[in-house]
Parts: sequence; C-alpha cells; structure tokens
Amino acid sequence: MSTGLATAVVPKPRSALGRFFSAENRYLSPLFITLILLVGNLSFGLLESFSRTLLAIGTALALEVVLGRWFWGRIPNLASAYITGISVGILLRSPEYWPYALCSAIAITSKYAIRVRGRHIWNPSNFAICAMLVVAPEFVAALSIQWGNTVWPMVVIWVLGAFIVFRVQRFHITATYVGAFVALALLRTAITGHPFLAEVAPITGPMYQLFIFFMITDPKTTVTPKWAQCLVAGLVAVAELILRLAHVVNAPFFALTIVGPAAMLAEMWRSSWQTKTQR
Amino acid sequence: MQRNALRQFLLIVFLAAQLAFPLVYKRLEAHAKAAVAVDPSTVLARYGFRFQESAKEAGIDFKHTAANLDPKLQHIMPQVASMGAAVSIVDFDRDGWPDIYVVNSGEGSKNALYRNLGNGTFRDVAAEVGLADVNLPGTGVSTGAVWGDYDNDGYEDVLIYKWGKPELFHNDGGKHFTRVTEQAGLPPWANANTAIWFDYDGDGKLDLFLGGYYSEDVDLWHLKNTRMMPESFEYARNGGRKYLFHNLGGGRFEEVSARMGIDSRRWALAAVAADLRGTGYPDLFVANDYGVSEVYFNEGGKHFREAGKETGIGAAPKSGMNASVGDVLNQGRFGIYVSNISEEGVLVQGNNLWMPRAGTSGANTQYDNMATAMGVDMGGWSFGAQFGDLNNDGFLDLYAVNGNVSLDRNRSYWYDYSKVAGGNSAIISDAANWPPLDGRSLSGYQQKRVWINDGAGQFKEVAQLVGVTDVYDGRSIALADLGNRGVLDAVVANERGPLLLYRNTVSPENRWIEFDLEGRASNRSAIGAQVKITWNGQQQVQEVSGGSGFCAQNQRRLHFGLGKTTGIDRVEIRWPSGKTQTISAPELNHIHKVVEPS
Repeated sequence: MSTGLATAVVPKPRSALGRFFSAENRYLSPLFITLILLVGNLSFGLLESFSRTLLAIGTALALEVVLGRWFWGRIPNLASAYITGISVGILLRSPEYWPYALCSAIAITSKYAIRVRGRHIWNPSNFAICAMLVVAPEFVAALSIQWGNTVWPMVVIWVLGAFIVFRVQRFHITATYVGAFVALALLRTAITGHPFLAEVAPITGPMYQLFIFFMITDPKTTVTPKWAQCLVAGLVAVAELILRLAHVVNAPFFALTIVGPAAMLAEMWRSSWQTKTQR
Repeated sequence: MQRNALRQFLLIVFLAAQLAFPLVYKRLEAHAKAAVAVDPSTVLARYGFRFQESAKEAGIDFKHTAANLDPKLQHIMPQVASMGAAVSIVDFDRDGWPDIYVVNSGEGSKNALYRNLGNGTFRDVAAEVGLADVNLPGTGVSTGAVWGDYDNDGYEDVLIYKWGKPELFHNDGGKHFTRVTEQAGLPPWANANTAIWFDYDGDGKLDLFLGGYYSEDVDLWHLKNTRMMPESFEYARNGGRKYLFHNLGGGRFEEVSARMGIDSRRWALAAVAADLRGTGYPDLFVANDYGVSEVYFNEGGKHFREAGKETGIGAAPKSGMNASVGDVLNQGRFGIYVSNISEEGVLVQGNNLWMPRAGTSGANTQYDNMATAMGVDMGGWSFGAQFGDLNNDGFLDLYAVNGNVSLDRNRSYWYDYSKVAGGNSAIISDAANWPPLDGRSLSGYQQKRVWINDGAGQFKEVAQLVGVTDVYDGRSIALADLGNRGVLDAVVANERGPLLLYRNTVSPENRWIEFDLEGRASNRSAIGAQVKITWNGQQQVQEVSGGSGFCAQNQRRLHFGLGKTTGIDRVEIRWPSGKTQTISAPELNHIHKVVEPS
C-alpha cells in the first residue's frame, strides 16, 4: 500500500482541519489505514488475530530502524514502515506467524536493497506480498474475501479513500484504473464468454478498494507526470487483463509488481535521455 | 560511495536469504518425510498402527451418486452438488457388532445398511429393513443420517436428513424400520447438512437438532430463480434455518428453536453436542460454511445462549465444515476441531482446533485456536474429521478427509471461483453469475490427513505412511471398532466415490478398554454420558455422541487406548441423568457393557 502519500505536492491548506487532511500530514495515511484495520476487524473479524498484525508492524518498524541507521546513518521517519507493516497485516493471510514477520522483512529490506539511482522502484508491501505468494504459496494467501460482500464497507472505503486521494491529487490514477478495469472486464467477457458481472465482480469487493486507492497511488513508486500516471494505471489494468486470462488468482498484485518498476525505470531513462539531449 | 555499494550488496544477499527461507523450510520438511518413508516395514513399530483399505474384501461395494439438481445449475453442478456422501455407525440389531449406514444422493439411488456379520464381512440389508429407497424423486436426497433411541425401547432409530424432506424411521426390534416422519412433526422440507441427537434438557428423552444449509424455501430441483447461493463467502446469513425438536414422548416432537434461543440463518454444515463447561448439560457447537462458527451454551436445559464472540470462537469467519470434540491433551476438557479450506496461494484459512484456555472455565470459558501450534491446521479443502486413539497409545489422534471436486487434474476452477467469491453480494448470490466449471477440478485429488498425537501438544501427519493413500473427494468419516478387536477402524464416504473401509492393525503391546453404555433414567442410547478414566497419573474423558464430524456418527461405544499400562485406577461415569458411577480397576483389553444403575 501507499508508503508516502505525504510526498505529493499540494497547495498549503489554511485551516487546521485542512492541514490535517493534506499531503503535509504524513500521519494521515497511517491513521487512515489503522482506522480501516480497526473497523474491518471489529465489524468483520478481518484479522486472523491482532498478534499477527502486530508482529508484521513490529518487524517492519524494527528493521526500518536497523537498516535506516546502518544505511543512512539515521533513523528514518517510521510512518512509512508502519504503513508497510500494517499493509502486510491486512493483505497477507496465513494461519502461521512467521509469514507475517518474513513478509514485512522482505518489504523493508527490498526498499534498501533494490534501488536504482537512489530510488526504490517497487511498492515495498506489494513486492513482498507477491514474493510470498511465489515462494510460500502453501502458507499464505492475499486478502480476498475477508471483508465480506456487502455494499457498505465498499461505500465507506470509497468515500474516505476518494477523499484522501483527491486531497493528495491522485484521484486521476484511481479513476483511470477503475475505468480501464471495467472496460477490460467487457473485453474479458467477450473473450471468455463468462458473465460480465463475473468479470467485474473483483472490483466490487472491498479488498480491491484498498488496492486501487492505496497501492497503485503510492507516490514513491509512481511516475511524476500526470498523464504518465494515468498511462501506468491503464497499463496495470492491461497487465492484469493478461494475467487474468492466464487464470492468475492474485492478478492485480502481480500486475503492479510488473508494471510499476518498468514505469519507474522508463521514467528514469527518459529523464536521463532528456538531460543528455539538453547538454 | 563504494561503502554504500557494499552495503547494498550485503542487503541484496540478506533479501535473497529471506526469499530462500520458505524454500529451504519446505525442502527440509520434504526431506524429513522422505527419510521416514523409505522403510515401510517399520511403520507399525514406529507409529503403532497401520491401515489397510479393505472394503471389497469385506463385501462392501458402494459408490456414491451425486444429486442432479435444477438444470439452471448445470454449469456449476459438480460444485453445487458436492455434498451428500455420509456414513454413520450403529448396532441396529443389538447383536454386539457395529453396522454401517451409508447414504446416497442421486435421485432414486439407494442408501445401504451394511450389517456386520461378525466375521469381517458385511451384507447390505437396507432394502430388507426398509431403509434403502429413501431418495425418491420429489422428496429430495439424503445428505446424512444419525441414530438415537428416541423412544427408549432399546433399539436405535434413525433420522435421515436430506436436501429435501427429512425422514424419521422407528426401529422395530432390529428387524424393520417404520417411517414415522409425520407423526414426529418434522418439517416438510429442509436443505439440511447436519443433525444430531442429544438430550438438551436431561429429561431422559433424546431431542434433535437439525441444521439447514440452503434456505428451506429453496427446492434445488425446481428453482424459482438462481439467487440461492450464499450472499457472501464469509459473512453469509441467507442459509437455512435451524430446528430444535424437543422430544415430547410418544414419538412426537415440538419445534422449540426460537424459544430456546437458537435463531440463525448461517449455512450450517456440522454440529456436535458435548458438555463443554462441566455443567451437566450438553452445549451445542455449530460449524458454518461461509461464516463464523456458533457455540450455544446450554443454560440448565432451559435456554441456549450463543457465545461465539465472547469465547473467541466466533471472531474470524471461515468455511466451517466439521465439528468434532476430543480431550486432546488428556486434561479432562474438550477441544473442538473445525475444518476449513486451504488452497495454496489462494485461500489459506487453515483448520481450527479450539482449545479451552487455561484458567478459564464455566460461563467464562475462552478458546484459542491452537491448530497451527499443534500441527493440525493444513488439511486442504477439508471436510469430515474425527478424534480417536488410532494406535491405542493413550492419546487421541485425528483423521481428516478432504478434496472438493476432482475432475480434470490439470485444470483448476480456483481462479474463476475466487473471482466471483470476492464480489458484491448481488453477484455472488446469483448462480447465473458463476462461470461454468467446465470439467475443471476445485481442490481435487487431495491427500488425506492422519495426525498422531504425541500427547505433549504436537501432532504428526502420517497418512501416506500408515496406508491412507486414497485421493477421493472425502466427505464423511466415522470411527468404529468394527471387529470388536479393541482398535478403531475408519469408514470413509466419498462424494461420487466408493465407501472405503480402512481396517486398522495396532501394535498389540498397547492396551485398550471400551465401554458400551445403556441408559435407564437417562436416554437409552446414553448420548451425553461422560466416561473419565484415570491411569498412570493421567486422565481422559470421552462423551457418547449423537453425531459428530461432517454428516457422520462414530460408534456409540467409547474406545480408550491406554498405552502399555497394566492397569487403570478408576473409571467414572457421569450419566445424562446426573447420576455418577465409579468402576475400580476394570479389566483391560475388554469391552464393558455398563447399564445405568437405578
């Protein structure tokens, strides 16, 4: 999920409330995700147990402290690691404990280990969950059905999520992805012959809302120009289409894992090429 | 710069090590299993028992037929009609040999009652006694059967529950069965997947719980529309209603569920009754598909209080498909085993073993899910499971069957299944929205689980090693000492598959004792009677059950393995009437018939 909504550039709000609901407040995301977790668990029993989620959060924070100090010589702001931990706690499902710790560890370590020109190119929790699904499928699954199938959790997440991504000027990414998903669901229906409602069903579940609001909008791992952000969101949907046609169950996570870094690398290459031509 | 590059390199190594951890872990696990598998001759010595499938040799040749529901469901028929195979054990003719009743689910198919001939073979007498032809078109099809002597005449009667009209048959002296459904006041239609006999108010007459799966207003052969599926994969409340029939005597029952506090429309798949809190009254545990389990605490036989959330059991919803109880740690308290769904990378619910938390008891009893810690969580798409001391070492083991739909081995329906399962309730609840199964498997061809209990809180999975090698779509399992040899055999009913009889061979040095109880002031079947034996400084408690597992019923006789002990200190029997009885130093390796003292 998003690890740095705070870095998006928005006009400085005037009121205290406005400042609270702004990109300047780097604790907005942690607060919001914590709220989702608490509401989800109290209303739906979302979590296998709080202890597993706490383990994921604790591991992420501890490793962030250790690696940040070792790598940068200082302890970084822990909001990002907290979000990574809580994202793992929400999105990963396993009756075991160790996958939660390992997934958080992979997420945080990947931020430091896989860097190109000083930037990490994968959304850490997305990368780690995909990694776990590949190397330990016997023990883990991604969140899918654990938030029920009723409308109101989706409405709540839509309202709050849309408000927040709008405030941080990333609603266009979400809107593009949703539009592309629905259009491509029509295409899948034509290809597979399955009912359109079956093809569009995934996006009607609350789990998907977390993905479209807080994972594909992550500023640290998305490209800069607005048009490119929309393009990437569309490409994620296209990659997901291909994976879905190949019957990949966790298609959105893998699609983002493939397209996200590719877009980042393309932007770096473009930037470098522009710099060279300007010289 | 160079220093940072070195750090980054070391971090990459660190990351690689993390990614390799599960692979190494799995390799070590596989290696450990392979190492013990190379010498099958040592299996008996090492594990103390071995199964051999011997249905054909025993004269059992039964293959389950699945239901063929409304054509509107044709595109997902194997998935919708994926339940119905069920088995229960009864000594219907009181000859001292446990018999086997197995149900069928094809329209017009016949159920079978395999009478135990006492020589290792069985003969189907269902047609002779009037229990075969119960799946007539228009009446629905069988999904299970439970036995209990509801009129205390000494012979076990049977309730056959169905997706359709439940049927009660009175046992006429072990020679014939008479249909008494109307007289009993059972409902005209209930799409039930579970029923149990228990005497919830201790009046000496067996009462009946019947749990609906699909809503009772749905006729699966004549659908008004296709909006009959669960509204949610884990939070569904649009299933069948629950019935609690209070036995009025004279073959009549009164439906009292609402009055007694049982009002649920979750999708019940399994139920078990046992005195979980030592109150003297049986509590009721219901495992629900598409949702949380429910535990109904019995308030003195006058009311049930649903205590799922407060006990910890009803917090996290899964796909409950089994309910069985056992004194897993020989501590005189029951754990409850609930099976769920685990499919690699898609849905890893893990099965639940609810163990009473130390320091909690009575009305404040709390439970923790210890399945992972104790090693009994990963069972695939699990269905029925039963506790029993398979190797007579003094600790209850666990046999679980699994596998949902086995069709094309190379093509899976999981992607399409998960696609719809996570969708909005308006989509998931309409069968028309479900993509066609198209011959694909859904968690098919799975290896069964036989977990042996080390007595110290750990189970070890040994199914393949001890001879349980089938990969049919297992549904219902019942344990019984079919040969009166002091060992528990296993009978497994498979969906669209054969009835399997796994005959058990146990190391002879391990002792055993069995108790065949008969109530007097209590119900004649002694359902609800608890037997606690104490030996070598340990204890184990078991309770006579009127149905447990998934659509199953073990033998009523209680079987205790004792290990290598030479004697037991005492046996305490607590009858449902409240009477207690103590037997000192009973003979080992013996079946004790005990009649409730007057």
